[in-house]
Amino acid sequence: MAAMIVLSGLTKRFGPLTAVDGVSFSVDRGEVLGFLGPNGSGKTTTMRMITGYLPPSAGSVVVCGHDVAAEPLAAQRLIGYLPEGAPLYGDMRTGAFLNFIAGARGMSGADKARRVGSIVERVEIGSVLHQPIDTLSKGFKRRVGLAQALLHDPEILILDEPTDGLDPNQKHQVRNLIRDMGHDKAIIISTHILEEMDAVCTRAAVIAKGRMVFDGTPNELEQRSAFHNSVSIRVKSELAPKLSADIGNVAGVARVEAGETVDGVTTILAIPADGRSIVRDVSERVGESGFAVEGLHAERGRLDEVFRQLTASQ
Amino acid sequence: MRSTLAIFRRELASYFSTPLAYVFIVIFLASSGAFTFYLGKIFERGQADLQSFFVYHPWLYLFLIPAVAMRLWAEERKAGTIELLMTLPISTTEAVLGKFLAAWVFIAIAVVLTFPIWLTVNYLGDPDNGVILAGYVGSLIMAGAYLALGACVSALTKNQVIAFIVAVVVCFLFLTSGMEIVLAFFRNWAPAFVVDAIAAMSFLTHFSSITKGVIDLKDVIFFGSVIGVALYINVAFIEIKKGA
Repeated sequence: MAAMIVLSGLTKRFGPLTAVDGVSFSVDRGEVLGFLGPNGSGKTTTMRMITGYLPPSAGSVVVCGHDVAAEPLAAQRLIGYLPEGAPLYGDMRTGAFLNFIAGARGMSGADKARRVGSIVERVEIGSVLHQPIDTLSKGFKRRVGLAQALLHDPEILILDEPTDGLDPNQKHQVRNLIRDMGHDKAIIISTHILEEMDAVCTRAAVIAKGRMVFDGTPNELEQRSAFHNSVSIRVKSELAPKLSADIGNVAGVARVEAGETVDGVTTILAIPADGRSIVRDVSERVGESGFAVEGLHAERGRLDEVFRQLTASQ
Repeated sequence: MRSTLAIFRRELASYFSTPLAYVFIVIFLASSGAFTFYLGKIFERGQADLQSFFVYHPWLYLFLIPAVAMRLWAEERKAGTIELLMTLPISTTEAVLGKFLAAWVFIAIAVVLTFPIWLTVNYLGDPDNGVILAGYVGSLIMAGAYLALGACVSALTKNQVIAFIVAVVVCFLFLTSGMEIVLAFFRNWAPAFVVDAIAAMSFLTHFSSITKGVIDLKDVIFFGSVIGVALYINVAFIEIKKGA
């Protein structure tokens, strides 16, 4: 499948500051790319260049064969964009606003009414159609912003922190929406919330100080964690030292760490030597030892730790 | 074209969705009435025409039109909606035109609402309505020139107060450039053709014949060129600001 979004050597300089430095990646149809990075790492600047709001200082963005710098309008027709903070015309009513966006995107008549109607239903904003946008809650504003981006059923979606500031229910809803659309579109979402990666993304790109530091699947990102495939066991505190020693002898276990103790139950963590799966061996040894354990599970990896490691070392 | 229309509609509606439109119209009508009747002494002149109405328009517009123009781009920058606007498949030129036309039509609505003055002179006497119509058309074209200058200034800042003040100063320079007080400053050192050029830029000079009911093609071309050049610069400002 041909890549729908291709960034090559994308660079943006603001005076002496290089905000984005030679970023290259591509996104295919059906992919949801999670664009991760600390605040100020260049995520928003990159997205602004993809959508044609900022011209790049060097490099290029090609969207479905259209170079964004050379043919901005052709590219922008294919893109749905939710800018950072979801700016909206606050003095307009929700319905009038969506009609304006539809008109500006060249829709008219029955087609316009049908599309506005279907998107209103999809993001569930029917109840606030006649309210001025300024008076809406943050969750509704964000949904109006999403409606605006999805109105023309774009091939490409660029969402800058789509769940920022939403409550857990709203986050869940927005993620479901993104996942549903992921099959037939190319989507880039930026976030600094790591759980979002697992929840919706098929690919992860990590950026720090304007440079790409990781490009792969969320799974590969987890594998970078020292805790990938480690096993945590919860056991009565008095048994912990003995059990730790036992497990330490299992082949493949590099070291055992004692974690926190809560209500007389200690969590001990067995960390594998080279990221391989040790959960079977460890649980067998626990069985042989005859200790009653309160809980045992395999960790997939700690994204926040990988994230810190990737972005702080730069 | 359709996107220009969409922007035009949104902008025009947005004037009326805030108190701005009503405040502007009331102040415009009240002050144009006050100028006409007290300063212009329309009754004392004993002539059935609207010359004493139109003659104050350049001065009224000096403050009122920058007030309409200041929000055009500064507000978009402040609210961040310019990012929304500029990532829609709309060219900068279409956006600039849509906004300009909406503001121009809004001002036209305010100007048309001065029709009671026209009714008054028709009731009291027998004016030449062709001259009055010419006055209205000329006044609107001049308003467009003020507006284009104001829009151009608004494109440079996200602060509406700065946009207003700078626009008033720019419009004031255009307004008074034909007056002796300005020309005397240049006459001492600048060559004659420069002084003539500055004098030729004066809104007052170009408008004075229009108030007498004479729409001279060269005055229309003058105001039209000011509009064209200012809007062209407006587009350029938006494009340049995009890069930074």
